[in-house]
Amino acid sequence: MATKKDPVKSNVSKEELLGFYREMLSIRRFEEKAGQLYGMGLIGGFCHLYIGQEAVVVGLEACTKAGDKRVTSYRDHGHMLACGMDAKGVMAELTGRSGGYSKGKGGSMHMFSKEKHFYGGHGIVGAQVPLGAGLAFADKYLGNDNVTFTYFGDGAANQGQVYETYNMAELWNLPVIFVIENNQYAMGTSVKRSTKSTTLFGRGTAYGIPGEQVDGMDVLAVKAAGEKAVAHCRAGNGPYILEMMTYRYRGHSMSDPAKYRTREEVDKIRSEKDAIEHVRDLLLNAGLASEEDLKAIDRDIKETVNAAAEFAKESPEPALSELWTDIYA
Amino acid sequence: MATEVLMPALSPTMEEGTLAKWLVKVGDVVKSGQILAEIETDKATMEFEAVDEGRVGQLLVAEGTSGVKVNTPILVMSEEGETVAAKAAVAAPVVAAAAPAPVVAAAPVAVVSKASADWAEGTPMKTMTVREALREAMAEEMRANPAVMLMGEEVGEYQGAYKISQGLLDEFGPRRIVDTPITEMGFTGIAVGAAWAGLRPIVEFMTFNFALQAIDHILNSAAKTNYMSGGQLGCPIVFRGANGAAARVAAQHSQDFAAWYAMIPGLRVVMPYSASDAKGLLKSAIRDNNPVVFLENEILYGQSFEVPDLPDFTIPFGKARVWREGTDVTIVSFGIGMKYALEAADILAKDGISAEVVDLRTLRPIDYDTVLASVMKTNRCVTVEEGFPVGSIGDHLASTIMQRAFDYLDAPVITCTGKDVPMPYAANLEKLALVTTAEVVAAVKSVCYR
Repeated sequence: MATKKDPVKSNVSKEELLGFYREMLSIRRFEEKAGQLYGMGLIGGFCHLYIGQEAVVVGLEACTKAGDKRVTSYRDHGHMLACGMDAKGVMAELTGRSGGYSKGKGGSMHMFSKEKHFYGGHGIVGAQVPLGAGLAFADKYLGNDNVTFTYFGDGAANQGQVYETYNMAELWNLPVIFVIENNQYAMGTSVKRSTKSTTLFGRGTAYGIPGEQVDGMDVLAVKAAGEKAVAHCRAGNGPYILEMMTYRYRGHSMSDPAKYRTREEVDKIRSEKDAIEHVRDLLLNAGLASEEDLKAIDRDIKETVNAAAEFAKESPEPALSELWTDIYA
Repeated sequence: MATEVLMPALSPTMEEGTLAKWLVKVGDVVKSGQILAEIETDKATMEFEAVDEGRVGQLLVAEGTSGVKVNTPILVMSEEGETVAAKAAVAAPVVAAAAPAPVVAAAPVAVVSKASADWAEGTPMKTMTVREALREAMAEEMRANPAVMLMGEEVGEYQGAYKISQGLLDEFGPRRIVDTPITEMGFTGIAVGAAWAGLRPIVEFMTFNFALQAIDHILNSAAKTNYMSGGQLGCPIVFRGANGAAARVAAQHSQDFAAWYAMIPGLRVVMPYSASDAKGLLKSAIRDNNPVVFLENEILYGQSFEVPDLPDFTIPFGKARVWREGTDVTIVSFGIGMKYALEAADILAKDGISAEVVDLRTLRPIDYDTVLASVMKTNRCVTVEEGFPVGSIGDHLASTIMQRAFDYLDAPVITCTGKDVPMPYAANLEKLALVTTAEVVAAVKSVCYR
């Protein structure tokens, strides 16, 4: 992981930087609230928080255009918020209510928005990788210039179907960007304990797919790498791999005590490399925003998240008749 | 001494073939490994090599002859200097066809009853194999809808491992007829993603045994996502290919997955017997907005049936077909099980037992009404399928009949299934492992207390 960037140079506008700050903080506050609701028993089952990794999805969403698609694993709340899905609908799905994106039938790990081109939310580690290539296959078949962002973790990177997909994606020149969110732990197994190779993006070389490692805690670096990958894909050059070096602050899921790493390790990254603090420093040091400006954004986000939580508590459970609907299209 | 060269078996299920072309003539001296002839099987046209050196003494089968049974002598080889006249008479009489013709297997199976015919009385009919019916269904739907495409191993340039997709690459090109690497999990996942994003893929599994590698995408990705997305993401996709036992390919390549898939909500499961059902149901499957598991059978591919000669002809899901009306017992089957069911009904008729034969055709949904109405009429039921006995379709039907027609039953339902063993390779054991017509006859006699 790269060290904290010198908060000076950058060719982003003030608006864009403020936007990044707002979006990353929105995800963090949403996830913190989800954690609270889980603790209160309002959210059940598995719940995987995205806290710490916000820069990855926010930076990449800044590279998308209408029609681009995204698909990811079960750690999906951040991706949904970043692509414009409504916080209320996401939170209400977490509480299993009828106002949720899947009417309460999918839960944390299985949410979708066809309108926003968000194709899940998948619970089986690695399954989303060929699925994402399939979305890209359809776009290529239909002759448009959309690209698909296929997110997966360092754990999924050891699944065989990832490499089956690499082979076909390059063979068929599919417009898919494989985004490896390397948060360094596959549940409790560190990358060092699960793989000998030092880079995960490098495995694309065997299939002829270019790629690179990126500081996933730096939203500007993420965006720059994303733009490069998107340009490659949209120009018809086939797939691209971005290995985002990132870190999750919380356990794998809400029930993970995270004994496989030290408290110090987590604290060190939080204090030295936090993606939101980084943008905050950039804004303040360059005089693009005042403490007051940022506090106003914080208050705004808090209101949105609280409203989402209220909606998620008040939205009724699905009608019992819903048990039997949507089995077939 | 002269030796006879016999018609070779060139595939596990080949019983006969066409001698498409001789590449040697009488008097030629051939070396071992030299190609003697091109032989067309129901799967491919194969080159046939000489095993030993010798001189071609006599060609016993004319070029272009179809229906040449495996092990028929086709050529006599003599050693140098030997005359061959003495051997000539050995050749079995073989009917020569006028020209190289497409493979035609057994005679068309007659429709015994029109009780649930899916076409109007007087519809012109044509004879075609199940293979041709499947191919026509795909071609017609691809012509009608540009979003329909076919993906799988050897579907394009090879013309289909079982020739189902023969000619489709020429008509539709490599954009729509996509040859894949041997990577079932990967290409199945890709096809499911493509279905979500606007295509209507047909995935051909060379056989359903290999679909086990892709089972996560069939069940978790394709079948469940419409439900898990609250109805947003339907998956219009067809998974099709050969299912069940072929011949002599042993346990990993011989199993019927009908009951496995029929268990999964979100899937539709189709298992046709006849060519008309294969065609009409495959067209419905391609048009359906849900994942359809379409279970074919290698042994049935070459079977001929009467098919309505209509420009557009579909068969709805969830509608069984009564092949034969009867009064004493209901035999319920599907897929290749129908072969045993119909054969048994013929034999039973001679013994004075009138069997009604119901072909389920689709296993999800199942047409319970037709089954129950028949059982309420005959008061007895035997089910027939090739799959394993535990948790079989027959078990499910027996339970349904018990719950919904208990008072109508005069005997317990008997389920005829494959045996509870992995499929053995040895010919005699393989025969024992499969369900047989004799077992169906015995089961019917048992429920009729005869």
